[in-house]
Amino acid sequence: MAISKIWVFAEVTNGKVATSSLELLTAARATGATVEAFVAGDGASVAAELGAYGASKVYSTGDVGTALASIPAANAMAALVAAGNSPDVILLAQSYEGRDTAGRLSVKLDKTVLTNAVGFDVEGDSLTVEHAVFGGAKMLKATFTGAGPYLVMVRPKSFAAESANGAAAAVETVAIPDAGATGGASVNSRHAEERTGPSLDEAAIVVSGGRGLGEASKYQMIEDLAKLLKGAAGASRAIVDAGWVPYSYQVGQTGKTVKPAVYIAAGISGATQHMVGMKGAKTIIAINKDKEAPIFGIADLGIVGDVHKVLPKLIEALQAR
Amino acid sequence: MSLNVAVCVKQIPDPATPGSLNSADHTLVREGKLILDDSDAYGVEMALRLVEAAGGGEVTLVSMAPNSEQSGLRTGLAMGAHKAILVSDPALKGSDALSTAKVLAAAIKRVGPDLVIAATESTDGYTGTTPVQVAELLGMPSVTFAKKVTVNGSSLSVERQTEAGYDEVTTPLPALVSVTAGVVEVRYPSFKGIMAAKGKPLEELTVAALGLDANAVGWAGAGQQIVSVIDSESRQAGEVIEDDGEAHTRIVSFLDQLKVL
Repeated sequence: MAISKIWVFAEVTNGKVATSSLELLTAARATGATVEAFVAGDGASVAAELGAYGASKVYSTGDVGTALASIPAANAMAALVAAGNSPDVILLAQSYEGRDTAGRLSVKLDKTVLTNAVGFDVEGDSLTVEHAVFGGAKMLKATFTGAGPYLVMVRPKSFAAESANGAAAAVETVAIPDAGATGGASVNSRHAEERTGPSLDEAAIVVSGGRGLGEASKYQMIEDLAKLLKGAAGASRAIVDAGWVPYSYQVGQTGKTVKPAVYIAAGISGATQHMVGMKGAKTIIAINKDKEAPIFGIADLGIVGDVHKVLPKLIEALQAR
Repeated sequence: MSLNVAVCVKQIPDPATPGSLNSADHTLVREGKLILDDSDAYGVEMALRLVEAAGGGEVTLVSMAPNSEQSGLRTGLAMGAHKAILVSDPALKGSDALSTAKVLAAAIKRVGPDLVIAATESTDGYTGTTPVQVAELLGMPSVTFAKKVTVNGSSLSVERQTEAGYDEVTTPLPALVSVTAGVVEVRYPSFKGIMAAKGKPLEELTVAALGLDANAVGWAGAGQQIVSVIDSESRQAGEVIEDDGEAHTRIVSFLDQLKVL
């Protein structure tokens, strides 16, 4: 049995399909398999966009009310599989909703999930999934044992999203099964954090700070530099753990993957945890006072120096331009 | 009112030392002393605070580890957790996230907690699926990526991190929450706490004692296999200069070259 049908769990925010979902559709399409999308929400409103990227059909649950999207998503997908409508592979983004959905679905189907994938290969009926480990120093390849559907969670930015100008996906409305006690949580309100400038995911320039900044108040230098460069500010895990900046700033294995044109790492030593999230940057500039810091091993320009001296001068020089 | 909380904790190799894979079976080398995953210290801290706020109850640590490893659990007990359950069994080697969740869920069932707390993901394996798998196995609602948690009687209010900001989510108990790092300031174990931890109950269980089939866990139950591990193409180091007070000008000219200014 070849891998002939792939589902993509498509996430939709404010009527737009997430870039990470479009990346998955593009990658799924490249295998030659039939690609179908699943939307926990109004799939009809994004059928054109999903179709353009290669989905021939979209399963749509319609409005999910105040439920966390993962609950109706996992329950409805499991019901489709149980009804004999199973795909060979289900792709999800390594995102907030993707993880929750994959976790629930994995138990419902009693199938393992391969997570943090950065690539995959289809050969006949076998699916090989690639994972970057130890900060990307090694590439690990894994396959599934047993029968599908194979669940794979892919790190955002592992593929480029490209439209195939396909026709709008056909919409198939699916029922939302009763989730019982597992469906008890409800979303009462949503808050958007004020963030000026581009998002960390999309910025062409990312400036990140780490423990070398010494104290939380010094992070302002990172914000200032990012703003001057019209970029986004990021952080290493160390200072997120320390509570200096929110988790949403974190770049790395346990945070976001970024691939900007320029990445500036200030006071970051370059733990493998951090490197995996930023080594895909086109150009890397690092400032660190320890000349043995691993970050210099991958930096295109390395400054061995004190961030407290270099950054203020850099900010001043850029302001003067 | 009292609140009983189970906290899933992982004992991992010290992340400060470079990790390596076993060449025969590609599992992460877990020789030597394991420590409490930093990510889990936030969950332990959160549990202790919620139990204190509720005015009573217990915090039970639940862990799965090879070789009867206890050092990470002792750290959590020294912080103030009341007791611990450790599942250790050679049959667990090679377990995937789903099998791990089955083991943890079976152990948590023995506690019958009002609330289960986990980190969003471990530092060493970072699949990030285990907490929700545990919740599904226990038939509980879950709220992941919690950055603020409050217990109001029989329900829980959570601020949940999202792509855009955060959502306010409520859920009836029992429920599971996964907490992000930095969510609370973690206390250091006191000397008194460390001494007290030595006498706290730590129950060690095997797979059979949990009533699980040994074929459903470990290598036998894993739904995945590693086929190869190769070195990735590595980036080359570029120009490295020592700051002589003028290094910022080199950065500016470099950015100019890149045409990003």
